Amino acid sequence: MSTAGLKRAHYKEGWIPLLLLLPQLLVLLLFFFIPALRALSQSFVITDPFGGNFQFVWFDNFRALLASPEYRSSVGVTVWFTLAQNALTIFIALVFAFATDRVVRGRGLYRTVILLPYAIAPVIAGILWAFLFNPYVGPLAFVLKGMGIAWDPNRSGVDAFLLVTLAASWKHICYDYIFLVAALMAVPPSLLEAAAVDGAGPVLRFFKIALPMIGPTIFFLVAMNFVYGFFETFAIVDAVTHGGPGGATMILVYKVYIDGFVHINLGSSAAQSVLMMIFALALTVVQFRYVERNVNYDV
Amino acid sequence: MVERTRGIDLVCHGILILGGLMVCVPIYFAFVVGSHTVSEVLTIPPPWLPGTEFFANVATAWQKGNLGRLFVNSFIVAVGIAGGKIAVSLLSAFAVTYFRFHFRMVAFWAIFVSLMLPVEVRILPTYEAVANVALPLQWLADVAGIEVTLDWNMMNSYGGLILPLIASATATFLFRQFFLTVPEELCEAARIDGCSPLRFFRSILLPLSLSNIAALAIILFLYGWNQYLWPLLFTTDKSMATAVIGLKNLIPQADMEPAWNIAMNAALLVMLPPVVVVVALQRWLVRGLVDSGK
Repeated sequence: MSTAGLKRAHYKEGWIPLLLLLPQLLVLLLFFFIPALRALSQSFVITDPFGGNFQFVWFDNFRALLASPEYRSSVGVTVWFTLAQNALTIFIALVFAFATDRVVRGRGLYRTVILLPYAIAPVIAGILWAFLFNPYVGPLAFVLKGMGIAWDPNRSGVDAFLLVTLAASWKHICYDYIFLVAALMAVPPSLLEAAAVDGAGPVLRFFKIALPMIGPTIFFLVAMNFVYGFFETFAIVDAVTHGGPGGATMILVYKVYIDGFVHINLGSSAAQSVLMMIFALALTVVQFRYVERNVNYDV
Repeated sequence: MVERTRGIDLVCHGILILGGLMVCVPIYFAFVVGSHTVSEVLTIPPPWLPGTEFFANVATAWQKGNLGRLFVNSFIVAVGIAGGKIAVSLLSAFAVTYFRFHFRMVAFWAIFVSLMLPVEVRILPTYEAVANVALPLQWLADVAGIEVTLDWNMMNSYGGLILPLIASATATFLFRQFFLTVPEELCEAARIDGCSPLRFFRSILLPLSLSNIAALAIILFLYGWNQYLWPLLFTTDKSMATAVIGLKNLIPQADMEPAWNIAMNAALLVMLPPVVVVVALQRWLVRGLVDSGK
């Protein structure tokens, strides 16, 4: 029996731990494992929406899915969206964190304000930005119009995509920011001082010392931004664009929802779920590698 | 601070002020619009300064969105999710770190694996699972050839909104990491004094974990309050919706009166409780986040 992660002083009562684990395992079984298996089994059959008949079709659902232009375009949108959101979020958060690390006066106030979007639900972030850039009533849309830019996220796919990306990044910068500020504070001052004595300025020190040292944190944040972009931005899309216009903001999670609950195409929706689970699995492995590198199991 | 660099420091202040503006501009305009009448909102150019109708709009939004009831729902759901996750994870973490039993690693991995199945990727089957929690039993009965109809619908109930979300690999992992740092002597001493496992948990481990619990509770409260997809699917009954869902229904659609003033006012109201939590408990929040990310 493995003793990894077990206290040296431990108990051996056989039935107590099982009782302690029961609530969590029961919830997992009912709402995680059985549904996941069900998605897997549904992805191999075609069911008619009114129940009753189903037919086993092997990989037909997957084949149809991968061949469908809508799905391919949705994959493309998702990839571009998460990449843009990821780059924007981490870059801005890094700049803010660097600045916060330098200033002394007002640091607490700056931090509180930049942290605020953490409290705001993604759907509310979406609504705030949808209003700002609403072509009829939005103040910023008005400014754009004044500059001669034809802006209409209801008609132009590019505009809608930009709007969703902006709202999603605005909501998530604070998360990366918290971690980066904490990581920068953990960089040993002795290293920075030694470099300063050798004549390295603040910017050089940031790129040559601080940035490499917070590399693992950035890696972790990139993985977390992917999770956020893929799964948690559902609410923003639902509030701002409903996946439109013409599928320009139809990210994969939104498509699973639309196909499952609006078009009631169960087989296709289940196949999409399975593909996303495989992707989420890959992300978890990446995350776990990060955890492994940063945690000493023999504490 | 290693040396004085006025130029760079000024730039840094500039960047942070810009950052603050970036955060505040959308909230400011929500406030501006939320304090005007509909006709004022529709003027061109749009209003840039706050008007006088803020509290009148609060009253309208509160009543039109049934926000009184929905706030109570949101509060119950958020507290339920936070409390449930913490309770369930504390117990599991205690079991896998302080007990030696068969399947210890299996249990740990079963919990850890759930990390990779976010609600969003399995919405449809989970929806079925909540629409009839007894479904697995039904299959068993069918396989066994027993003629029964089992139906336990959790739609439009607090249980349905809370239970599927209370399993937590992250929280379990966090508490496990913390328990591993608790000195071995505490448990040894407790055992010599004849302390039962549950007594040890209640009298020693739980008090030690309080600061971790507090930090996590804040994060989970925000998570619960801001849930969207789940309540959207599971509350067909409008009086069981959460505040966030109620807000979404106030957003003007193409064929509605463009009451952006009411919608944005309601947005401010709905974001108020979590914003207060973040501002008041910032230190704890940051600690909790950074710890749980490790």
